Order: sequence, then C-alpha cells, then structure tokens
Amino acid sequence: MTTSVAVKIPDRARGQLFGAHAGPFIGPALAVLCVINVLPFLWSIGISFFRFRADRLNTPPKFLWFGNYLDLIDDPDVWEHFTNTGVMIASSVLIQLVVGALLAFLLHRPFPGRRLVMMLVLTPMLLSTVAVGTFFSLFYDPTFGIVSALVRPFTGAAFAPLGTPLSAMTSLVVADAWMWSPFVMMLLLAGLDGVPPYLLEAAEIDRASPWQRFWTVTFPAVRGVLLLALLFRTIESFNMFDLIYTITNGGPGVSTESVSTEIYDTAFVLFETGRASALGNLSVFVVIVLTRVYFQAIQLRREAA
Amino acid sequence: MQDEALAAARSPADLKRAVIATLVGLVYFFPVIWMILAAFKTRPDALATPPKLLFTPTLEHFWAAFHRVSADGAQVFDTGLGRNFANSLFISLTSVALALIVGAIAAYGFARLRVVGRDYFMFYVLVLRMVPPITAIVPLYFLFRVTGLGGSYVAIISVYTAFNLPFAIWMLKSFIDELHQPIEEAARLDGSSHLKILLRICLPQMRAGLAATAIIAFVFTWNDFLFSLLLTSVDTRTVPVAMTRVVGADVGVDWGVFAAIGTIYLMPVLLIAFFLQGQLLRGVTFGTVPR
Repeated sequence: MTTSVAVKIPDRARGQLFGAHAGPFIGPALAVLCVINVLPFLWSIGISFFRFRADRLNTPPKFLWFGNYLDLIDDPDVWEHFTNTGVMIASSVLIQLVVGALLAFLLHRPFPGRRLVMMLVLTPMLLSTVAVGTFFSLFYDPTFGIVSALVRPFTGAAFAPLGTPLSAMTSLVVADAWMWSPFVMMLLLAGLDGVPPYLLEAAEIDRASPWQRFWTVTFPAVRGVLLLALLFRTIESFNMFDLIYTITNGGPGVSTESVSTEIYDTAFVLFETGRASALGNLSVFVVIVLTRVYFQAIQLRREAA
Repeated sequence: MQDEALAAARSPADLKRAVIATLVGLVYFFPVIWMILAAFKTRPDALATPPKLLFTPTLEHFWAAFHRVSADGAQVFDTGLGRNFANSLFISLTSVALALIVGAIAAYGFARLRVVGRDYFMFYVLVLRMVPPITAIVPLYFLFRVTGLGGSYVAIISVYTAFNLPFAIWMLKSFIDELHQPIEEAARLDGSSHLKILLRICLPQMRAGLAATAIIAFVFTWNDFLFSLLLTSVDTRTVPVAMTRVVGADVGVDWGVFAAIGTIYLMPVLLIAFFLQGQLLRGVTFGTVPR
C-alpha cells in the first residue's frame, strides 16, 4: 500500500457504492445469535414466571407471576451472594489494576529478553481456569500446600487458607488477580505506547519531577485504557465461576458463593429451573448496565482518538 | 529490532531493568513452574514438605494419564483422555473457523454497508458475549434436552460458535474500519460485488487481524469449562472437564496425573504467549483499543 488512491468520489456516488442493505451480510450471524443466544434467553424470561423443574418435564409448569423474583428479593442468602460477588469483584479488580500497572511500568521499555519475560507474565491469563483453580487448591492445602508450609515456621501450626470465610475469599481473590493482572498490564502497555516520547523529554527539560511527569503526561494518556480495563474486568469478575467451583466450591459454608455458583446450584443441583432463570435474568440486567457503561467509554475513546 | 535490543543491552540501566524484570517474571510464573515440575515428580516427591526442588524426574504420570491398569494388574484400559484431547482440538478449531467465516461476513456488513441502528445492534451483540455463561446455559441445557441434541458435537460446536461470534464481529469490524476505503470504492466502480471485495481486497489485507481473532477465540474455547461441563456427554467431553474427573477420583487427587494433563494442555498456549504476543493485545480488548 505505497500509493494512495486520490480519486475524489462525490458523496452521492459513494452512497450508491456502499449504500446496499447489509441484510444478506449480517443475516447469517444474526440467525446464529438468535437461535443460540436470543431464543434461549426469551425462554428463560418466560420460564422465570413459573415454578418449573427441568428434571421433571412431565410436571406442568405452575404460573407464579413474579413469585420467583419476589422470593429472590426476600431471600437474605441471595443478597449475601450478591454482596460476596461485589466484595470479590472490588478487591480483585483493585489488585489487578495495581499489579497490572506495576508490571506495565516494568515491561514497557525494551530490554534484552523482553519477549521471554512477557511470555512468563502473559501465560497465567491464557491458562485453563480449571488447571489454575485446582493447582491453587493444592497450594492452599493445609497439609501439603505451600502456603501452609510458608506460614508454619511462624505459627507452629498447619494453616488452612480455605478454612475461614475471610481467608477463603482472600485465597480466591489472589488466584483471580494472579490470572488477570496481565490483562490489565496488556491494556496499559497499549496506552503507554501512545505516550509521545517528545512530551516526556520536554517535561524533563522543563525540570518536571518524575511525579509531575507521570500526572501531567503519562496518566492522561492511559486514563482511557485504564477505564476499559476496570469495566472489562468488573464484568468478567462478575461472571466468575470456574475458580470458585474448583477452589472453594462456595465454602466454607456458603461464604464464597457468587451469583454464578448460586445459579448453577439452583439450576443443576436443586433443579429449580424457574428460580434459576429469574436469578439469571437479574444478573443479565446487571451485566447490561455494566456493558452500557463500557460501550459508552469505548465511544468516548473513539471520539477522543 | 535486533539493533534496538543490542543498544538496550549496552546500557547498564537497561541491563538492570532486564535482570529485575526477569526475576519478577519468574516469580509471577512460579505457579506454572510448580505445575510443570509436579508432572515429573513421583507422588511422595510431589507432596513432600518442605517442597523438593531437586528430584529424579519420572514420566509415569504422562503414561498414567492415558492408561489405567486394572486392580489385578493384568489389563490396561484407555482412560479416554486421548479422545478428550481430540475433542478439545476438534471442537475448538471447528467453532473458531465457523465464527470467523460468519463473523467476517457480518463485520463487513456492519463496517461498510447500510445497517439501520448499527450502534444498537453492535451493543446488543456485545451484551450477548458479556452475559454470565451460566445464565445462557440454563435454557440451552433444556433446549438441547428437548431437541435430543444434548451431548452432541452439533450442540457444543454451535454454542461455542455463537459465543465466539460477537467477539469475531467486533474484532474484524475494527480491522475493516482501519482499511483504506478508496481501494474498495475503485473496485466498486469497476463493478465488483461486495462479497468479492471482502474476499479479494479486505481479507488479504487483514491476515494479522484474522490471526489475532482466531487466537483469542481459540484460547477461550480451548480453556472453557462451564459450557463443556453441562452441554457435553462422555463422547464429546473436552479436557478441562476431564481434568476435574481426575480431581474427583476416589483415592483423592492424583496431583501427578493432574499436573501431567495440565502440562500437555498448556503447551499450545505457551507457544501462543511466546510467538504471538502482538496479536493478543488487540484480541483481549475485543479490538476496542485502536492501534
């Protein structure tokens, strides 16, 4: 693409060239999405108004109006699980932002062997969550786990990180943050690449302190990607399931149950499909709101670029 | 690139940076090293306290992952793990290919043609990918049971295709948006159809974009657990679900075998992390961060 075609085409002609309806092009994709994503979702909205069990197809569903939703709102356990999810998201995303930022500042300048170090840091986010979860549960094992082995010399006793609600939640947050901090790092690296070097040099010549240089030059350039990282990780953490399933399985008690594990239990252990659908729809609503914010942030970024 | 690295190596400050970064990288990578080491340790070595860093490596777990010896030691059974690996590969590759084909056509439509309510469509396409997978699975599980497709390749592949599709559309649209449109306009003036423009002009220019999209979609499908857990059967089960079966074994977790499976499963991902770092960046953000 060395030569650019400089033919000026009048807007009216352009409209004719690319004004064709996109129907035939987007049709197949929309059809797939409708069958696999939208139809089941509509079914789930419908069934959430019934008492219905997917394991007893012969029992006709019983219409409850908003019964399932009212039950959920009345149930203190559900509120607790939403709170758990919220606490986990907040602490995990915060750690990811801090660790991701530190990694990005360490790795954004070229140095010998950078590709290898990047591989070491990027691998966690590309791992199977089941493998990560199961291995972290070995690390957290009171008898054989490395965490217990590190704590034992100080306390003299075996330490069970998954034994109390607080330490179990901390253990989950550590595993989640370990996996996903590299994601934040990647976004920040993209942002840091956008910082014009001459601005930093100019600031240096003007004897701006490193702190001032950071706040006036670097930070404004990465603010956009930082916001994207925050929103994206919030949505993904909200959906967290695999790590909880493999590390704590919701325990001890129900202290680390999240909304996703609650839906799983309701739908596939208790088989209360109607209630599970109602809870699912509530969480879809939460995600739509979060995605709306994300989408808005993208558009602001586009317009700024 | 080479010169840059050499210049970097000459500066002592950057050498210091390299040393620190390597140390941090190794600490960060430690859990992965731990898993790989565990795959080569005998059971007593793996569970020794304090942990052993020096040991005689063994390949027994790699063998045990694929073979099960009967109680009397006379017969050797297949654990089905080979099939799980084949399933993981087949299901991931097929659904990624389908999502890429359907997604590229749709992305061209969204990027170049007239769509009433384009932003509205794009937003809800994104929402479909963001909803918690478990909420989609509850109705899908029922749908597949009723249609008799439960546990079939068709079911799981169509689900993964549909869940990779929003991502493929967003990514590929962002790459088409960056292409130089006057070339396509010239082709239109010469009478090319839109499909021909997509195939002959757009796609050849965005090979890197297609690769990035394929890689991220592949990693997502390769590692996914929840869809596979609830929507596959014994015949179509993928490795992540098979892994949890090892954990649930009656004699407690066989860490060596688990680590061996995990280590094999990790290999394609390690290669991606080393060779395709550049492609990952666009991918992890759905193409929403412009280059």
